[in-house]
Amino acid sequence: MALLQIAEPGEAQAPHEHRLAAGIDLGTTNSLVATVRSGTSETLPDHDGHHLLPSVVSYSEEGILVGQQARERATTDPLNTISSIKRLMGRGIADVMSLGEQLPWQFADSEASVPRIKTRAGDVSPVEVSAEILKCLNRRAEDSLGGELSGVVITVPAYFDDAQRQATKDAAKLAGLHVYRLLNEPTAAAIAYGLDEGADGIHAIFDLGGGTFDISVLRLTRGVFEVMATGGDSALGGDDFDHAIAGWIMQQAGISNDADPMIQRRLMHAARHAKEALTEADSTTVVMQLADDSNWQGELDVETLNTLIDPLIRKTITACRRTLRDAAVDIDEIEDVVMVGGSTRVPRVREKVCDFFAREPLVSIDPDSVVAIGAAQQANQLAGNNPDGEMLLLDVNPLSLGLETMGGLVEKVIPRNTTIPVARAQEFTTFKDGQTAMAIHVVQGEREMVDDCRSLARFELRDIPPMVAGAARIRVTFNVDADGLLSVEAMEETSGTKASVDIKPSYGLSDNEIADMLRASVAHAEEDRDLRRLREQQVEAYRVIEALQAALTVDGDQLLSAEERAGIDAHLNSVIESAKLDDVDAIENAIKQLESGCEFYVERRMNAGIREAMAGHTVSEFESSEDDSK
Amino acid sequence: MLDLSKNYFELFGLPAEYQVEIPALRERYRELQGAVHPDRYAAGSDEEKRKALQSAAYVNEAFETLKDPMLRARYLLSLHGVDMELGAETTRDAAFLMQQLEMREDLEALRHTDDSFDTLGEFMDRVSGMIKALVSRITVDFETPSKENLEDARETVRKMQFLNKLYAEAQAVEAQLEEEFG
Repeated sequence: MALLQIAEPGEAQAPHEHRLAAGIDLGTTNSLVATVRSGTSETLPDHDGHHLLPSVVSYSEEGILVGQQARERATTDPLNTISSIKRLMGRGIADVMSLGEQLPWQFADSEASVPRIKTRAGDVSPVEVSAEILKCLNRRAEDSLGGELSGVVITVPAYFDDAQRQATKDAAKLAGLHVYRLLNEPTAAAIAYGLDEGADGIHAIFDLGGGTFDISVLRLTRGVFEVMATGGDSALGGDDFDHAIAGWIMQQAGISNDADPMIQRRLMHAARHAKEALTEADSTTVVMQLADDSNWQGELDVETLNTLIDPLIRKTITACRRTLRDAAVDIDEIEDVVMVGGSTRVPRVREKVCDFFAREPLVSIDPDSVVAIGAAQQANQLAGNNPDGEMLLLDVNPLSLGLETMGGLVEKVIPRNTTIPVARAQEFTTFKDGQTAMAIHVVQGEREMVDDCRSLARFELRDIPPMVAGAARIRVTFNVDADGLLSVEAMEETSGTKASVDIKPSYGLSDNEIADMLRASVAHAEEDRDLRRLREQQVEAYRVIEALQAALTVDGDQLLSAEERAGIDAHLNSVIESAKLDDVDAIENAIKQLESGCEFYVERRMNAGIREAMAGHTVSEFESSEDDSK
Repeated sequence: MLDLSKNYFELFGLPAEYQVEIPALRERYRELQGAVHPDRYAAGSDEEKRKALQSAAYVNEAFETLKDPMLRARYLLSLHGVDMELGAETTRDAAFLMQQLEMREDLEALRHTDDSFDTLGEFMDRVSGMIKALVSRITVDFETPSKENLEDARETVRKMQFLNKLYAEAQAVEAQLEEEFG
């Protein structure tokens, strides 16, 4: 029956109870998707066997490219090729401008507070760029698991603030994903290690990625992961090592600061290459093609590299010290130090971490994939596939949350490293007689002054009944959920007047913006899906045509009368004609007609096949290729 | 799901006493979170999710309160009908206040000494020693919670507030020194 059997991939599979879930590590440099299959967590490769998806999106003439294909365009089409977008997530235009010199793209002067990068496909926000990466990983997961994902766990740096978390969640929404949970990257790594090794005790996770640094100290007790404290820097990573090396190359090769984007990309490329080479060698040759196409060549040795990156590594060690203090843990109480993130491959990083913690750090799981693997395990549990699972994650908020009070000072409501979810309230009062409204300004950060903290939201409590100053009792409640996302509610208690906001950060997207993007992407998704179905049907049509023609060559004359043959040829021609048109239904229909019109022929072939088989042949030989006709 | 009208001690199945076994408290905390945490209701209804969130937040608050000597004392006082407004009331013990002023000056001066780290270490040890003494005093007060003893506990909590703040400031100085020299 193989000759004309048509089965849609996926349809043939029997439905089962197992819910498809995946963990996604949305990284600065690379992203990964992992899932739990038959009890083991594994990262999923693309069709070419690559597990790492470069976090690069290119808006090319032919459409949107993601991953390796996009990365290859980084030097030739730098303005339309966007990498390290994670560094811009949840950041305002001012923040982005402060990174300005390092970013090769052009920003649109838009009214919105969100930075938008100019590309040939129009202006795109960091959320949209991230959504493209997520879509690509989602497709990979669905292709390899054979069905739609019921939910995902997406990892974020523990030190991400509310705006950055919200932006990540928005990107997932835009990509059409159901997010079970945002999970802190070091916690995800701890899961991957903890469940593997079943080691109870206090662990430190040192996570240095492409653009972010986290340090978490957590206690593992029989499957319960309690984060005791977390610290870090959401703008420090391997990219900064690259920038430091690029600075050295510029100095050595006499390249000016205002080099064009293509030179900047080449510089970054050369810098990254040198950094990677120096994880193995003591010295490496750096070759840099200059603007006049001449080559500059120089030697970079490990000592020089170390001088360049030591100030950056020192920052990570300072953060480790503070986090241990916050956790009230001494260095000798720590069982293990786990290394996570590609940048922990740099020998100097390992050396410094080893010095500080006075022990050899653990590197037994690939630092690139450990976060995705841990996320997949949590996704699997949240999907309900592991009902007996004892695993429980108790995480903390990385940065203090507070309110602006008189004089631009910050009153902390929830201090950093408070276990989430958490609800805390603070009472305020009016300071003027007859005051009927109160402005509420929510901020995040450790500094005393509002201007030094990140502004998350402003809103107003109105309709306070007029009273003498100090008589009103205004209760402001902060709620942080298990994803680390904040909502705030204010209420005047004597009258019951209420106001509340979900923190849509000043830098975030409004719900309308998200809705617009969603509509646009849904429209595109339909187009994409239709196009894909058409291509699939066309491929199917050609497969059928070829198989039938091959069969006819073999035994058409023996098994069919001239009349029968003419009938089949007519069906065959109508499939050939339909495949040239862009009408899915017509192709499908023609194939069906052909199928039923050929039934008797298939039957005869099978009978003939059985006879042949007795003579030492198999049916498949008749189908496989032209050469079999002999 | 969880009876949110239970007080923190009831929630943790502990007698309403000042002395608390921290490991037992932690163990019970894990059990409670294991039952109510939102992750356990990822596939649940919105109502279940909302309740789980509320319950988990309540358990966290209870745990934070019970494991911290000052917050626990204040909470236990409130169960005895003594409501304190932290931050709004202060001790009138002149000798204690004088000592606090001096210690603050010591801390300020310490930034500029040659062996800042060692001196700071000694200073912090001294402060935590004083805090421990206050904890013992409160423990005794709550053993026989008479009116006077509760009043004494309240006064001791006020002092503890000062010392906690001083300790936090010392930590901030330590962090600053580390950033300068670390």
